[in-house]
Amino acid sequence: MNTLLHKNWWKYLSVALLLFTIIGGMLLPAPRLPILNETIRNLYFHVPMWFGMILLLLMSLVYSIKYLRGYNLQHDVVASAGVEVALWFGVLGLVTGMVWAKFTWGEYWSNDPKQLASAVGLLMYLAYFILRSAIDDDDKRALVSAVYNVVAFFVFIVLIGILPRLANSLHPGADGNPAFGQYDLDHWMRLVFYPAILGWTLLGVWLASLLVRLRLLALSGRQDD
Amino acid sequence: MNGIIAQTLYLLQKDLLLDWRQGYAISSILLYVCSSVMVAYMAFIEIDAIAWVAVFWLIMLFASVNATTKSFVQEGSGRLLYYYTVVSPQAVILSKMIYNVGLLLVLAILTLGIYSLLLGNPVQNIGLFLTAVVLGVVGFGCCFTLIAAIAAKTGNRNATLMPILSFPVIIPMLGLLIVLSKNAAAGIQTPNTFRDIQNLVAIDAVLAALAFLLFPYLWKE
Repeated sequence: MNTLLHKNWWKYLSVALLLFTIIGGMLLPAPRLPILNETIRNLYFHVPMWFGMILLLLMSLVYSIKYLRGYNLQHDVVASAGVEVALWFGVLGLVTGMVWAKFTWGEYWSNDPKQLASAVGLLMYLAYFILRSAIDDDDKRALVSAVYNVVAFFVFIVLIGILPRLANSLHPGADGNPAFGQYDLDHWMRLVFYPAILGWTLLGVWLASLLVRLRLLALSGRQDD
Repeated sequence: MNGIIAQTLYLLQKDLLLDWRQGYAISSILLYVCSSVMVAYMAFIEIDAIAWVAVFWLIMLFASVNATTKSFVQEGSGRLLYYYTVVSPQAVILSKMIYNVGLLLVLAILTLGIYSLLLGNPVQNIGLFLTAVVLGVVGFGCCFTLIAAIAAKTGNRNATLMPILSFPVIIPMLGLLIVLSKNAAAGIQTPNTFRDIQNLVAIDAVLAALAFLLFPYLWKE
């Protein structure tokens, strides 16, 4: 038990932080802003999804490059698991954003450039899995998907950096719309928001590490045959 | 370095000669553009400027994907093995990129010609529009060449994979292109125009560099 706590402390931390996020996020005071009202609490769930997604995609990019440098199949396993968990975070980020948009903008989908950009990003990484499933040979699949992953990450950066600036957006943070981190994220919100980011990110890393362990077992099983 | 340029020129000459002799590759893509424009004409007859721009880029997008898909598939695995022994991968990707960009430029000019003939040309700032077309074609050419190389690795599934891999990847660029060409069509020059052009040039450069750097890995296998 002692060694478990020593090695897995960050998993306990993640659970504790997420419990705090959910309970504190729902109950602690939040600023009363027009239109936003109580939906401002979505900040604790929606925004950390994107943090987690980008971090996991970055990890996946690093491991794809590592694969191209050493052709070690274990690196490919980490890269693909990273994209898979990142994709789930992306879907949750999009869904939480859409629910929030319904109550503030009036529509689930209102042609907002940020919504469009994130949907296109998801499409791009879904294509990554279609590409993987189209190749049967392990080494070839690892190689081709690593190359695609590098291209996809660059385009993803362009996507979130350039596309949203092309049109007007109602999204907080765009065109001087109020956003977190400026004047309206008050003391109480910071208290929940920062732990929320850390908690969700740790959860993402945890999920990815579980997936990696499972895939590595499958891989070693295949290589033994 | 000198060797790579010589090899690139040689491969380029080979590609040109091959496509010229066979004829079907180039003529089929030209016919594809003509029929697409005819379909657009039949559907619209009268068209407003925004729809004109959108349909133009749609035709260009599909024609470009079609034109570049065959880049690596037409070479059988035996011939690719032969190239592997005699030329460097950089020369292969450079020659394919230059060839595809050239092909798409011809395609774009032709599309623009027929399209303007049938549906009229509402573009007021033609210089800005042509800038967008050239920058777009360079980006399409570089990006689709690399995607074609990726898709070719999947064997006979490549024709299905080509569009699903390339459409999402090109969307950010297409977004910039459509904004620029809409401005060109309406004849307005916003303060952002120059910045958008700069962004497009940067995207083109990085896409070309990525293709150049990543292709040798695909090639090794």
